Amino acid sequence: MRLLRIGAILALAGLAVFWLLTRPERLAQDALNGTTGDATRGALVFAAAGCASCHAAPGAEGEARLILAGGEGFASPFGTFYAPNISPSPEHGIGGWSVLDLANAMQHGTSPEGQHYYPAFPYVSYANAELGDIADLHAYLITLPVSNTPSRAHDVGFPFNIRRGLGMWKQLNTGKGWVMTDPADDQIARGRYLVEALGHCGECHTPRDALGGLQRDKWLSGGPIPGSKGRFPDLTPKTLKWSAEDIAYYLETGFTPDYDSAGGAMAEVIQNTAQLPTEDRAAIAAYLKALPVN
Amino acid sequence: MFSKARISVAAAALVAMTGVGFAASHSQGEFAREIKARQAQMTLYAFNLGILGAMAKGEAEYDAEAAALAANNLAAAKSIWMPTAWPAGSDNASVEGTRALPAIWAADSDIGAKSQAMGEAVAALQAAAGTDLEALRGAIGPVGASCGACHKSFRAEE
Repeated sequence: MRLLRIGAILALAGLAVFWLLTRPERLAQDALNGTTGDATRGALVFAAAGCASCHAAPGAEGEARLILAGGEGFASPFGTFYAPNISPSPEHGIGGWSVLDLANAMQHGTSPEGQHYYPAFPYVSYANAELGDIADLHAYLITLPVSNTPSRAHDVGFPFNIRRGLGMWKQLNTGKGWVMTDPADDQIARGRYLVEALGHCGECHTPRDALGGLQRDKWLSGGPIPGSKGRFPDLTPKTLKWSAEDIAYYLETGFTPDYDSAGGAMAEVIQNTAQLPTEDRAAIAAYLKALPVN
Repeated sequence: MFSKARISVAAAALVAMTGVGFAASHSQGEFAREIKARQAQMTLYAFNLGILGAMAKGEAEYDAEAAALAANNLAAAKSIWMPTAWPAGSDNASVEGTRALPAIWAADSDIGAKSQAMGEAVAALQAAAGTDLEALRGAIGPVGASCGACHKSFRAEE
């Protein structure tokens, strides 16, 4: 009887620890007090963060890329994730969200209801986004057209369909700060912000471990494309020999130094980087050139 | 971000349907001439875009006459009537030596509209290239975007 009681107490204690460790994190309620978003600046954050590339309806072109109806599928070893509706629809999108809700989603992967998001949503990268930029982005998002397309449920099997378990994944993979800890100058620091945080380049170009966590010691060194035999290219100076000008021009026009053009998912990215100021593309190039050669 | 797997899944399904034997029997150079011809057209695009791009990037001095000639060449290369080089079945799931996706020939393919968009961007570049460097810089971007739009939908990743 006594053993049984100790067992029950231990099991309860274990549950309590799991519950504490997997609790979704949030910013303080007053974290954004006094912050006012600017929609014009938010349009640039929107481009730099590549929101339309995932959240526009599949195949959307031109102005239709601003209707963030969701629906694009993303294959992974854990199942297929579908980008949700993030248009300003109060019912199906983020129309009812405060700036704080958006900041909790982007920096902590926590929904307004207090649930964990799957890391197909790149909050591991967006964790380093500045709150001012998130407020600007919010101001811009609510100006976009409403879509009333319901979000499609993810196609993820057991045990990955238990969202609370993502708390453990977050313990392992979030809150690690910058990969490049000592940028040599302001331009490289700006490039670091665009590459590591908003642009979330590492989400494709950094290989993942068995649990889907980014292998930060192999930062931007390329990796397999899930569901395809291709590979995301290595962006470190070991392999990427383009000049900084070549990289910046590629991000502006899609033209490689041989005047081939970007295809696949990268053509989608270039639609975003083409909208950035010239200095930002140069900053991305400077950051990539400053990566260590392993 | 994870990969957009739909296209490769469709391609894999096509391979499965046609069977390995079929694919192998068609790898002995069927459509090799067509594939070579259409890749030659792409090479002409790249060569002339290289002349314009070097000026736009600042690697070469802007030369209004050379820019106008390169843009004219690009427009001429674009005007070649090429559907004969794109026969059905010359996709990357059926034959070797090409990255052209079966989606090009699908019923809902918008390759015609995308080709037309490229034609319009090239015409605008032709009008701008010989004017001045700023005009050239502004007009080459939309051409790049039209290349990317087609490659995004219709060319397999390496």
